[in-house]
Amino acid sequence: MSALSTKHLTGIKPLLPSDIDLIFQTADNFKEILQRPIKKVPSLRDITIANLFFEDSTRTRISFELAEKRLSADTINFSASGSSVKKGETLLDTVRNILAMKVDMVVMRHSSSGAPEFLSQHISANIINAGDGTHEHPTQGLLDGYSVREKFGTLKGLNYLIVGDIKHSRVAGSDIPLMQKMGAKVKVCGPPTLIPKHIEELGVTYEPDLKKALEWCDVANILRIQLERMDIKYIPSLREYALFYGVNRELLDSIKKEITIMHPGPINRGVELNSDVADSKQSLILQQVENGVAIRMAVMYLLAGRN
Amino acid sequence: MPNLKRMQPRIILNSTQLNLTVTRLCHQLIEQHRSFEDSCIIGVQPRGVFLADRIYAKLCSILGKQDIDYGKLDITFYRDDFRIKGKPMIADETDIPFSIENRNVILVDDVLYTGRTIRSALDAMLDYGRPADVELLVLVDRRLHRHLPIQAKYVGRVIDSVTSEKVKVDWKETDGKDAVWMIEDKD
Repeated sequence: MSALSTKHLTGIKPLLPSDIDLIFQTADNFKEILQRPIKKVPSLRDITIANLFFEDSTRTRISFELAEKRLSADTINFSASGSSVKKGETLLDTVRNILAMKVDMVVMRHSSSGAPEFLSQHISANIINAGDGTHEHPTQGLLDGYSVREKFGTLKGLNYLIVGDIKHSRVAGSDIPLMQKMGAKVKVCGPPTLIPKHIEELGVTYEPDLKKALEWCDVANILRIQLERMDIKYIPSLREYALFYGVNRELLDSIKKEITIMHPGPINRGVELNSDVADSKQSLILQQVENGVAIRMAVMYLLAGRN
Repeated sequence: MPNLKRMQPRIILNSTQLNLTVTRLCHQLIEQHRSFEDSCIIGVQPRGVFLADRIYAKLCSILGKQDIDYGKLDITFYRDDFRIKGKPMIADETDIPFSIENRNVILVDDVLYTGRTIRSALDAMLDYGRPADVELLVLVDRRLHRHLPIQAKYVGRVIDSVTSEKVKVDWKETDGKDAVWMIEDKD
């Protein structure tokens, strides 16, 4: 296989395992390029990419922008605040107007689940989902998988744990299918109010006890408590959450094996993750950020090459 | 009436001839570069590396030394036909474990045809530094088909061919036997 099976990256669910392998393999090459003195290749010099961020983001946006610049693409940035969206323009109209200026690829973050899928049915440019509501964040899923693969050599047979707010997490929405497609087992852990009903139907197991869950896993991805997505109280207090589901050094030392810790950022230090864990050698957090650029370069390169 | 359109594959260099040619190219290199102190070899991925491997091994055995700088360069992300071929091309490893700054670089590829690969290779290589001098070594030069003003300094064999033909270089390591073939281009 030397081409992706899809024209858009709306999520991990539509991807084939061979697509994921191809993205990982291409990211290996880009990772090498990022170590060079001149960290830039001319592959996408004739491509224009629009970054449409209808929702705030720092890390993902910078990572995408850097990836685009490393590939020599032209970029335009758009954020919902200070735009015509405030005047009542619809999503489709906004995007059509931007595409009328001859844009080849759209990177979009939106607070509504399914917004990139909707767009992909109406426009011809390639669409990359940079996070849609509580649905998926495919490039995060890919970079999580890539970082684990880099550490362990493969994802096959690994036990992968996701801790925290699974219900509102688009990272979990992408990590779960990615890990399963690549042959890892997935368990989730967190307060029952933050676990979606019928999660077992995804082939995922649930363990309410954090210590037991950590004993089971090789890698634990600790999710952020997303207070901005909680319109009602799902947990009594942050302090209580930290007490039952916060990962700290003491807890990790009480487990016999050394497990790898991941976090998609930004960290609420002292809530879901303590500094003595986040900054330790066990943590993959900064590698995840570094790999994000290579993964996004690979996705954009492969999608552009399909035309 | 025989079908004149179908072309039979024919051998241009057999295993013995290929070996002789590689040896001759090595001696030409030594003539120019002496002990290779200021020089380095860079093979172009994927197929140029097989030739570069041979050249490197031969040079080491003739000169009786192992410290000649030898790197591999992938040019996939520098190609100008990226979206024309329809599929993204998968890259190979780039491994240049030395600085090319102010060195004499010998770029090695198997077949010189339109010159576009070498154009990409020059771009890719310049991202690693500014060499003092760059020379090109190829096993086969199809001299009638150049799209760009690029010439090789060291040439194994010059071949006059038409565009419906294709030169295929087989290596013992991957194809079981050393040989250079002229075959019909199916693309």
